[in-house]
Amino acid sequence: MKAKVYVSLKPGVLDPQGKAIQHSVELLGFTGIADVRQGKYFEIALQDSADKEQARESVARMAREVLSNPIIEDYRVEIEG
Amino acid sequence: MKFGIIVFPGSNCDHDAYHVISKHVGQPVDFIWHRDTDLNSFDALIIPGGFSYGDYLRAGALARFSPVMESVKKFAATGRFVLGICNGFQILCEAGLLPGALIRNRDLHFICEHVCVRVETSDTPFTNEMVQKSVLRIPIAHAEGNYVCDDSVLEELQRDDRIVFRYCDPEGSVTEATNPNGSRDSIAGICNSSRNVLGLMPHPERACEDLLGSSDGRDIFRSLAATLAAVA
Repeated sequence: MKAKVYVSLKPGVLDPQGKAIQHSVELLGFTGIADVRQGKYFEIALQDSADKEQARESVARMAREVLSNPIIEDYRVEIEG
Repeated sequence: MKFGIIVFPGSNCDHDAYHVISKHVGQPVDFIWHRDTDLNSFDALIIPGGFSYGDYLRAGALARFSPVMESVKKFAATGRFVLGICNGFQILCEAGLLPGALIRNRDLHFICEHVCVRVETSDTPFTNEMVQKSVLRIPIAHAEGNYVCDDSVLEELQRDDRIVFRYCDPEGSVTEATNPNGSRDSIAGICNSSRNVLGLMPHPERACEDLLGSSDGRDIFRSLAATLAAVA
């Protein structure tokens, strides 16, 4: 079983890295980009015996307490397998 | 009166802080490894600058889980003094001892230069030997010093006189042009509601001798020492 955690800056929090990436991408000739936001992605391998709902709960706790800073970031958890 | 300097893997301003306390403040001081949890013999702690845990995940995020941090929380809860400098400020925010967070500088650069900060309040144990609105010239050295918080936290900080330092020009004017990193309300340092925990991005320990370009940082350590002397 695998957990995927996506951490992104909350709307309204300045993302200068996203802005710099957008600028570079536009220099390459890509057009029509309204905004780029940079985030983090985590893959957490879980033992196959784990209960799916319990896994979702404990990974959500990991995301809330460690992987993200709730003051500036949101997270989303997906469980696969 | 005894000072303790907490050392995490990746701290790199610990010896500067030790030098300042022993030589310029003239008080006993010891290093505290991040796995130690007994802080009973200390009256004030310094969480120094550096790159604890290589800034992995977020600056200060992993240091918060070091064994010493539970003891630091208890230490602060008893009213004893905690000073977080640069990475130490980031750690205090991640640990929830100070509100808000420090994110990537507005212009993305790592900034290493002397800046001016204005002493916004002398009503803290760290600034009580200073004149309010006086200007200190102190270096900054960070990539994540852009202070953010929500509107309600900002109102609380302003209302309760908890913004301790703001970036300014040499005359003490605070404008967007004097804000090096995009920090909300030009905040360079804040204290907690009990006023015994201070976090700031500038490095006062690097500004304690004229030979290094400024000795303005000394007054922060001297204020703290004076507070401790008065308490004892």
